[in-house]
Amino acid sequence: MSDHQVPENNRYSHDDEWITSAGDDLYRVGITDYAQQQLGDVVYVELPEVGSQLTSGQAFGIVESVKAVSDLIAPVSGEVVAINGSLEDSPELVNDDCYGEGWLIALSPGESNAIEDLMTAKDYAAFVEERSD
Amino acid sequence: MSELQRTPLYEKHLQLGGRMVDFAGFSMPVQFSSIKAEHRAVRERAGLFDVSHMGQIRLEGPEAIESAERLLTCRIASLKAGQVRYGLMCNAEGGCVDDVTVYREAEDRLFLCVNAANIVGDLHWIQTHTNSGARVLDRSPETGLLALQGPESGKILDTLVSPTEAGPPTSLGRFRFARYAFDATELLISRTGYTGADGFEIYLPASACLDFHHAAMVAGEPHGLVPAGLGARDTLRLEAALPLYGHELDASTSPLEAGLERFVKREEGHFIGAEAIEARARGGLSRRLIGFELEERGVARADHAIESEGRELGRVTSGAPSPSLGKSVGLGYVPPEFSALGTPIQIVIRERRVGARVVETPFIR
Repeated sequence: MSDHQVPENNRYSHDDEWITSAGDDLYRVGITDYAQQQLGDVVYVELPEVGSQLTSGQAFGIVESVKAVSDLIAPVSGEVVAINGSLEDSPELVNDDCYGEGWLIALSPGESNAIEDLMTAKDYAAFVEERSD
Repeated sequence: MSELQRTPLYEKHLQLGGRMVDFAGFSMPVQFSSIKAEHRAVRERAGLFDVSHMGQIRLEGPEAIESAERLLTCRIASLKAGQVRYGLMCNAEGGCVDDVTVYREAEDRLFLCVNAANIVGDLHWIQTHTNSGARVLDRSPETGLLALQGPESGKILDTLVSPTEAGPPTSLGRFRFARYAFDATELLISRTGYTGADGFEIYLPASACLDFHHAAMVAGEPHGLVPAGLGARDTLRLEAALPLYGHELDASTSPLEAGLERFVKREEGHFIGAEAIEARARGGLSRRLIGFELEERGVARADHAIESEGRELGRVTSGAPSPSLGKSVGLGYVPPEFSALGTPIQIVIRERRVGARVVETPFIR
């Protein structure tokens, strides 16, 4: 398994996305380092409109690399409050800084305890390890 | 599910961090660092590809040339020893069995370099359609093939092999080949490739692949040589609008539809499929391969529909973001009346209709 970063303070989904608190009732979502490595050079990101309602487990957008297309799956339900507009012109930010400048959307979750049900960094690292065996 | 085949460089690819994928029954590296970075390296410096999965089929004997002449759309008798030519192997219906490069080794000997996915089918086809005075040999298992591509590749290669009387590999013209020595190993090197860049293909015994690959990476280091995978090979060949069997070409596609007329000896005829190709041409081709460029964001992929004002014209055969151009390009089939340069078309990407237009190919020069 190649090295990949799993920051401590995020929560993680089984679809290789992270979510982290970004202030009052606001959470940022992105794809993990492992996911961006698997995808390779990201060339296109399709995000929902601000104001859309997301349902946990459902596709809300697309991230496309030179070789592959992958659905973005909502880690929790909630309303899209912001999208990362920089990705339109610079989709490579997802590769360069997936936990920072390469974030995808910010959402206001319906119930914030759904986030507590997601994996911790330790669990996610083990989850990745398990799949790559 | 049968076990994937491995090239002699399989372990080397793993060591170099290659991400392995199944390609035509072989476990091959799709990328090492990143497709874009490897693509750029080939355009600006050099990249080293393992293409040992490809097949080599030799024809030899007094009737080898005559047999190849019948099997292939390109001229064979006029091919001089040391010359390479691209051609199609067609079926009786004028569709493509495979696209190959032909290497004339001697008066009565040549070999075809064929697509990995077609080795078994090609062998069978060739054996079935070869005269008794020609022997057909599958040289694929014992033959390794590396492609050293990019503007710096000649400088690197010249330091690796001993020159012949004719000089070092850089003295080879395009589509020429010769034998060179690497230590005690004999190599066949041609100035050919599948990237649209200057470059060389190196045929060598499977047992010498590891040593040669290592020596090439060391010699190439000061020139910025990187190992490159099938991902970059695909985006490079797409920019050069070189067809890929199974995408632009298949058993039902005529070489004329694919825009490969210059590789078909139409006046001479006398090759398998010649009559069908002419008959299809007389009736007017029903479709032509075009190159297109997206005018909006998105990536066209193989099998996306091509439309004009709601009418489906055909399908995309290959598509990718072009790292050199910074836009999305693709190839696909449309009726001839939609093939003129500048024609506006739409590509249906996940139910979204994305504006595109027909552009000149190759996409890069």
